[in-house]
Amino acid sequence: MSLDLARWQFALTSINHFLFVPVTIGLAFLTALLQTAWYRRGTPDYLRLTRFFGTLLVINVAVGVVTGLVQEFEFGMNWSAYSRLVGDIFGAPLAMEGLIAFFLESTFLGLWIFGWDRLSRRVHLLTIWAVAVGTVLSAAFIMAANSWMQHPVGYAMNRAGRPQLNDIWAVLTNPVFLWGYLHVLLASLVTAAGVMLAVSAWQLRRRGREIFAFSLRLSLIVLVPAIILAIFVGSELGVIEARYQPMKIAAAEAQWTTCQPCSFSLFQIGGGNNDHTPIQIIKIPHLLSLLATNSWNGKVVGLNPLQAQYAAKYGPGYYVPNVFIQYWSMRVMAYAAGLIVLLGLWGLWLMRRKRTPRSRWFLFAATWAVILPFVMNTAGWLLTESGRQPWIVQGIQLTRNGVSPSVSTTDLVISMLAFGVIYTAIGILDAALMLRYSRREIAEAPVPAGPDSRVPSMLY
Amino acid sequence: MTLVSFWFLLIAIVWTGFFILEGFDFGVGMLHGVVGGDEAGRRATINTIGPLWDGNEVWLIVAGAAMFAAFPGWYATMFSGFYLALVVLLGALIVRGISFEYRGKHHDPRWRRTFDGLLTGGSLVAPLLIGVALGDLLHGLPIDSRQEYTGSFWTLLQPYGLYTGVTLVAICLTHGATFLALKTSGDLRSRAAGLARMTAPVTAALVLGFALWTHAIAGKGLLINPVEIIAVLAVIAAAWLAFEDLEGWAFAATTIAMAASVLAIFSELYPRVMVSSTSPAFDLTIHNTASGSYALTVMTVVVAIFLPFVLAYTAWTYYVFRRRLSDQEFKTQPTA
Ligand code: HDD
Ligand code: HEM
Ligand code: HEM
Repeated sequence: MSLDLARWQFALTSINHFLFVPVTIGLAFLTALLQTAWYRRGTPDYLRLTRFFGTLLVINVAVGVVTGLVQEFEFGMNWSAYSRLVGDIFGAPLAMEGLIAFFLESTFLGLWIFGWDRLSRRVHLLTIWAVAVGTVLSAAFIMAANSWMQHPVGYAMNRAGRPQLNDIWAVLTNPVFLWGYLHVLLASLVTAAGVMLAVSAWQLRRRGREIFAFSLRLSLIVLVPAIILAIFVGSELGVIEARYQPMKIAAAEAQWTTCQPCSFSLFQIGGGNNDHTPIQIIKIPHLLSLLATNSWNGKVVGLNPLQAQYAAKYGPGYYVPNVFIQYWSMRVMAYAAGLIVLLGLWGLWLMRRKRTPRSRWFLFAATWAVILPFVMNTAGWLLTESGRQPWIVQGIQLTRNGVSPSVSTTDLVISMLAFGVIYTAIGILDAALMLRYSRREIAEAPVPAGPDSRVPSMLY
Repeated sequence: MTLVSFWFLLIAIVWTGFFILEGFDFGVGMLHGVVGGDEAGRRATINTIGPLWDGNEVWLIVAGAAMFAAFPGWYATMFSGFYLALVVLLGALIVRGISFEYRGKHHDPRWRRTFDGLLTGGSLVAPLLIGVALGDLLHGLPIDSRQEYTGSFWTLLQPYGLYTGVTLVAICLTHGATFLALKTSGDLRSRAAGLARMTAPVTAALVLGFALWTHAIAGKGLLINPVEIIAVLAVIAAAWLAFEDLEGWAFAATTIAMAASVLAIFSELYPRVMVSSTSPAFDLTIHNTASGSYALTVMTVVVAIFLPFVLAYTAWTYYVFRRRLSDQEFKTQPTA
């Protein structure tokens, strides 16, 4: 019971945190691009767009920051046995994140918001780029920590049976980390570009505010390459998984027996850990082999042989993750990605010969497509984290051995309720403000944008 | 100094930095209604810390993460032991953080009053709870031989811990008042200075009691702890300077008083990190909770390279926003 609650709590809070994080990472970058355009060309419209999307960024960051704080505390609160065991290695990237990334990000965000009329244009432009760099760095360290849980490297067991760091370089060049990090950065670009596209499309379709034609084109130009690269990196992640966490990939295809070559099914009816013979519909030959091994005829070991292999290695137990979640989170992510590619290509097609997409159908679809990146992100993390089960650290500690012994079920119920109430409230507030500020009339450029003019700050 | 002792010192310094910086934020948060008065005044007071509070809060994150990295056993026992208190603390920090950003985003008096209330409450509860927690580390809590906390939520409410919490809240108040007197002009400045004169003597009395109690509870005999003496002298100086209307010096004095009070706890703790009231044999110490020396060395290098940068750009930020604010300029300025 405590175990389940702790897992639910972690899952819900981190999924929540990761609704805001990719928006911050991506939007900081896009805002910096807009401001750079203003700095270079001096066109007041670019300044207006910078401030418009910058305000959305600030509203979003507020929630990202406070939900992140909960994440940081949660390891010690709910997973103290885990923290005690692996703090030696897992703690270092977290501490580096605070020192190297969060200070940079928060300090310069303050300078950016309040510094419009205090800093020269050049220095002020640098502050938004510092924020963008900070967000990218913070993702780096947290991903390094998370990747270590997926594929522990750079450590040796001490006599008390605790893993101790002996090679930080190995932790920072963990292949799971390098590819996963790239994937997350691309996913963040997709997410934020999706948000910018949706806002611009709505403004054009419903309000006819022409200034958003520029941000619409910018978002499409970022979106299409980002999503295509994300797909390539994602399929490479499948290969990495097959190498280090073969259970995950076998579960993602509900592949109970070993196959060679292996096909990929588009849908299945039934399935799950107790149904080994689901009805699989439309099988694409060789696709799973390609995804998991990069070769046409590659072999994928099934869940049953892997289970036998793990039981022999780690002792009796059930080592198969939740197959249902794995199967569907993989597909939801992939199908949603497919939809975004289609939308992006449609937009680029409408943009040929430097025109702005005007099709009302396109603008309508582009507005609603904003939901997709968030669904994909959540599915992606379910695939990653649920696929790691029953391990909290692959091969080193089982999730059930990682919970806090001193925390009671009552404690967990109380905290669940408390976080539930708070997160719901701030979720509603955030959504309301985001909608309101996305639909707002865009403000005039505060001051004629002369070479050395100062712009009023965004005050509280 | 050994590597583990160095990391204990570093963590003590990060906690101190947190309380010095976020301390006046908490104070401003608690006082913004009283000092600000009307809407323009409130906005002026909130904007004195607008660009600063988020960076200041990172000190808390770094303090927690550094404990996790350098003393995982300490982090694990403390954070799981203080469970429900931390839930409340997180709630306070969340509503506080949201209030800053969202208060000005809607022009409606009810909306703003709600966030004013949340900001005031959050800024009061957060230092109180952290203070109780730090006090409890030294007072001692039931901890067994496997370093697990065996008490309940109520066990956390030790008289010494509660007193520490109240003392830190009082210092935050005075510190916030001297900060506001330094960063505002006109009516706001005189109201803030007036408040500093009111709270400073009370704070001085509380700190005096805190120093004595801390010394007694640590049980290290009559040996004088200079940090405790400094805390008492600084807070008395702060009261006197507040009456002399020397705002800059008063702020310096509350800074020192805050720093010395936090350091007093850590200096009395050393080399322990959490005292066990079950048995001294079960005390958590820097030795039985620390990470390996390789991990500590790596992080020492990281700190040596990056901390100077952090301090430099933080100082620059304070320089950029050095100007005093007045409620006049907020009578006309819209919010973003
Ligand atoms: C907009 C976001 C987005 C998009 C378009 C994709 N993904 Fe993804 N995916 C994520 C967002 C994401 C993520 C949320 O960022 C994850 C979670 C953990 C991670 O490293 O990235 C992730 C994880 C993740 C994993 C698990 C990695 C692990 O277990 O460590 C795999 C195998 C893929 N992805 C594969 C794909 C494939 C084949 C895609 C193309 C069809 C794809 N992703 C598109
Ligand atoms: C922000 C995006 C993330 C999401 C959406 C996410 C999602 C999840 C989910 C769904 C679970 C529960 C798995 C289950 O059902 O058993 C979980 C567990 C966990 N995740 Fe993540 N995760 C994220 C990032 C991270 C990161 C970056 C880390 C490490 C730094 C991490 C560490 C953990 C831990 C410690 C657990 C608890 C133990 C477990 O159930 O395995 N998560 N997460
Ligand atoms: C589960 C583990 C995680 C922990 C402990 C954690 C911790 C935190 C904390 C404490 C903050 C607030 C920082 C501040 O006050 O400025 C934060 C914000 C942030 N985190 Fe996380 N985080 C986690 C997962 C992630 C993941 C998976 C990513 C990216 C891939 C990420 C990227 C960010 C970014 C970019 C921010 C800053 C801005 C924003 O929140 O919107 N975090 N995180």
